[in-house]
Amino acid sequence: MSRAVEDSNRRMLRARDAMDHAYAQPLDVPALARIAHVSEAHFTRTFRATFGETPHRYLQRRRVERAMFLLRETDRSVTDICFEVGFGSPGTFSRTFRDIVGRSPRTYRKETPATGVPTCFAMAWMRPSSAPSAD
Amino acid sequence: MFNAITQSQIYVLDQDEALDFYVGKLGLEVAADVELGFMRWLTVSVPGHPERQILLEKPGAPAMSEETAEQVRELVTKGAMGGWLIFTTDDCRKTYETLLGRGVEFTEEPTERPYGTDCGLRDPFGNRIRFTQPLA
Repeated sequence: MSRAVEDSNRRMLRARDAMDHAYAQPLDVPALARIAHVSEAHFTRTFRATFGETPHRYLQRRRVERAMFLLRETDRSVTDICFEVGFGSPGTFSRTFRDIVGRSPRTYRKETPATGVPTCFAMAWMRPSSAPSAD
Repeated sequence: MFNAITQSQIYVLDQDEALDFYVGKLGLEVAADVELGFMRWLTVSVPGHPERQILLEKPGAPAMSEETAEQVRELVTKGAMGGWLIFTTDDCRKTYETLLGRGVEFTEEPTERPYGTDCGLRDPFGNRIRFTQPLA
């Protein structure tokens, strides 16, 4: 049984790595399930059981984390950043950002200084927490 | 007081598979491979630098219970065990191409950072590995 769990974990990790890497692209469940080499029906349920949140929510948090990074470290416009990290519209971006971070992108930018930590650390540790009741 | 880091450890799920990857693909060399009976002491190092070794440790009894070993294995495969390594390289892009040719799967291709060019991958078990070409 445990070998099956390990194999499943690695498949889910592969899909999560893909989200970390290709967050700006439209990654839907069929695409992610293909990366994990599992059926679509199996994918969302197993991902959630493995990492404690749905793939959709994970991808949103990854995109919001990258947006937070760009807001902190660059002068690019909020609209540019929205599309850059993979959101389809500024409205969805602002709503999701506020939902996850608790502040609007503009307020976040104003209130947060640049950090200068290595990007791999920022991606892992500065990702906003998943809201308990999300999804 | 202390003057060097000589040994670090990460968990691997299979030491032969770990050798294939760390030596066969990443090009590290075996620093020590000793069958102690209760465990296999297997360390690797960057060629020419035996002063710093990484222990490729297989979780299991008697160091930990079978149940705990199973939990550790599950954490490793979730990428949550915390085992990770960062290497430096003279040429990040060339190293990337070489490893790609050996079938290594990357989580991030060479990317310019304020501190240099770096790259990300996972070992076959879930541990995170990066290598950086520092700014000259």
